[in-house]
Amino acid sequence: MTADIADKTCQDAKKRTASPRPPTMTSVSTRPFFASALRDSAKELAASLAWSPLKTEEWKFTNFREIVETLYADAPEVSEEQVRTLVSASSFKDAAAEVVIANGRVVTPLCRFSAEGPLIVLPLSEAAAGEYAHLVEKHLGRVTRDRNNPFLARQTATFDEGVFILIKKSAAVEMPIHLIFASIALDGAISNYPRVLIVAQDNASASIVETHIGEGSYLTNVVTELIAGQDASITHYRMQQDDAAASHIATLDATIGRASKLVTYACCIGGKLIRNDLNVRLDGQHSTATLNGLVMTGQSQHVDNHTLLLHLHPDCPSYELYKHVLDGSASAVFKGKIFVDQIAQKTDAKQQSKALLLTNTAKINSMPALEIYADDVKCTHGSTTGPLDEGMIFYLQSRGISEDQSKRLLTYAFLADVTRRIAVAPVREKLEALMAAQHNLPSDFRIQELTGHDEAAVY
Amino acid sequence: MATPLLSISDLHAHVAGGDNRKILKGVDLTVNKGEVHAIMGKNGSGKSTLAQVLMGKEAYEVTQGTVDYLGKDLLEMDTEERAREGLFLAFQYPVEIPGVSTSYFLRAAVNETRKHRGLPELDAVQFLKLVKEKMAALKMDPQFMNRAVNEGFSGGEKKRNEVFQMMVCDPLLCIMDETDSGLDIDALKIVAQGANALRSPDRGILMVTHYQRLLDYIKPDFVHVMIDGQIVKTGGAELALELESRGYDWIETEMQARAAISG
Repeated sequence: MTADIADKTCQDAKKRTASPRPPTMTSVSTRPFFASALRDSAKELAASLAWSPLKTEEWKFTNFREIVETLYADAPEVSEEQVRTLVSASSFKDAAAEVVIANGRVVTPLCRFSAEGPLIVLPLSEAAAGEYAHLVEKHLGRVTRDRNNPFLARQTATFDEGVFILIKKSAAVEMPIHLIFASIALDGAISNYPRVLIVAQDNASASIVETHIGEGSYLTNVVTELIAGQDASITHYRMQQDDAAASHIATLDATIGRASKLVTYACCIGGKLIRNDLNVRLDGQHSTATLNGLVMTGQSQHVDNHTLLLHLHPDCPSYELYKHVLDGSASAVFKGKIFVDQIAQKTDAKQQSKALLLTNTAKINSMPALEIYADDVKCTHGSTTGPLDEGMIFYLQSRGISEDQSKRLLTYAFLADVTRRIAVAPVREKLEALMAAQHNLPSDFRIQELTGHDEAAVY
Repeated sequence: MATPLLSISDLHAHVAGGDNRKILKGVDLTVNKGEVHAIMGKNGSGKSTLAQVLMGKEAYEVTQGTVDYLGKDLLEMDTEERAREGLFLAFQYPVEIPGVSTSYFLRAAVNETRKHRGLPELDAVQFLKLVKEKMAALKMDPQFMNRAVNEGFSGGEKKRNEVFQMMVCDPLLCIMDETDSGLDIDALKIVAQGANALRSPDRGILMVTHYQRLLDYIKPDFVHVMIDGQIVKTGGAELALELESRGYDWIETEMQARAAISG
């Protein structure tokens, strides 16, 4: 089967002459195999797309050549010890559930699943075969709708083991649900395709943290699908702490119902190339979305965040705040698309993209895109880019704080504006520790009280 | 005679870069320890620029003249060094610094100066003790320490915060840049109380002010009039009252007359 597809793709590639190689296919013979119909149709889509979408508006601002041209090997099995060494520092002391998947395989001794009660957290393959099979069948591959995303197509054709999360009706899960995806590449480049399906029923509330870490040269291509009913409240964190030699492509597709609330945090810290696609459908009146981004990079890291907010019903507020601190020759792309349907009156959408450039060689390409078809709406977007504020530096200096220390303080403060709103303590502490370490500061000046800043709306 | 706290001689400065517009055109001023001085002048006279130049704001370039601070060359020092040596500027337009809590900022500031003076640094508890009574004296809500610097403050509250910081930092030379502008009478009284509490034989206070009103509450020993980048007249407290009733024109006339005689 694989050979046929490869052949067809080669032919297509020759016809188009633009795509250099056939799509990378991973043998799934040693991995859990389920959802074959979904995989088959994705394979077809991947073959027909090849890499041609990379030239289009949605993709062209980032150079994906290295990923396209690398032949990634299957991720090999790794020992429990190797995984433990890598992930132990990231494990949460208090979690509603914690799952560790390394090189596409569940590392059972390191996991705390939840097989019964108001919260279900299971390996995706297990959920697909058990009492929740109907939910997996209903939602997997259907929450995502983008048919022009070559990475998404390939991921859906070849995804590894993943995680199934079900938060049942009116369940209020206090502690975070933690998923650790580890990639260990000992020798040559490997690829991983984690898949997450989150189903939140009416009035359910929970926080999900995905921590992505690894060693060596690898590609992580992760897809997370989230579907929430009515009156649900979900917060999702994606911590991209990949190895400096790694590439990370992530899709988060969310559909939330009436009066539901979604808050997301994209924390882009590691890797040499990160591309995030965040698509949110506000699928009911009075639903709200708050999309936060925190990009803290240097050297020649490149982070590309594309967001799509679909306002399909009236009376929905949304807020986007993406903050970047770019050092060295780091580069970033931010494209925030907001679509407001004709019937989505009283939409209140605010979008802000801010970048602090610490050097003359750091750069950012920030593009809002608004498509508005209703006439009684509020849509504001703003983008600021530049070095630190001279007036603020002078004020701190005038109180005896050195220029160097003042700059570090202000850089930290710039990002702390996002982190101070993070409700999951280990996530906030980890980020603040990273920020403090990068800027040589203690973290005891964390703001204790939330104040209105950057029109931050905590819905 | 004792070394003056501040000795400015023939100071010239212009706006750095761009048009190089001259603002200070030969300022002479001496402030001794224990003295309270006021500099008055119309908008554009250069009085606020003088305050900022003393603090080392890089938007201005000094082209001529000297400034001695306790016998040391002030112009050679970085802004932070000037602060650690005891200079304090209460800003006319204090900036907001989102994300940096007031308590951290002020404690860091106090400790930098203490380090410089060879004193042990204060921890959070010790620092709180130090500021508690000063907060009460200025009728400030202690909650504001947890908020970001100047964030969410009205103009008047920011000015009060400047005087509060001044009290906490324990400076030797207090420069107040139009602290009274934007304050209502009650706020003005509180701010004046704070400044008056800082009067001491070791300290000097230099107020830059547009209106005479502040000087009713903080009585100056000397009043200087600044016109077109120079201090052209010096007198006692009563000079301020004269300016209040007569305006500035008569001084300009006086200057022209003097120039005519010597020219």
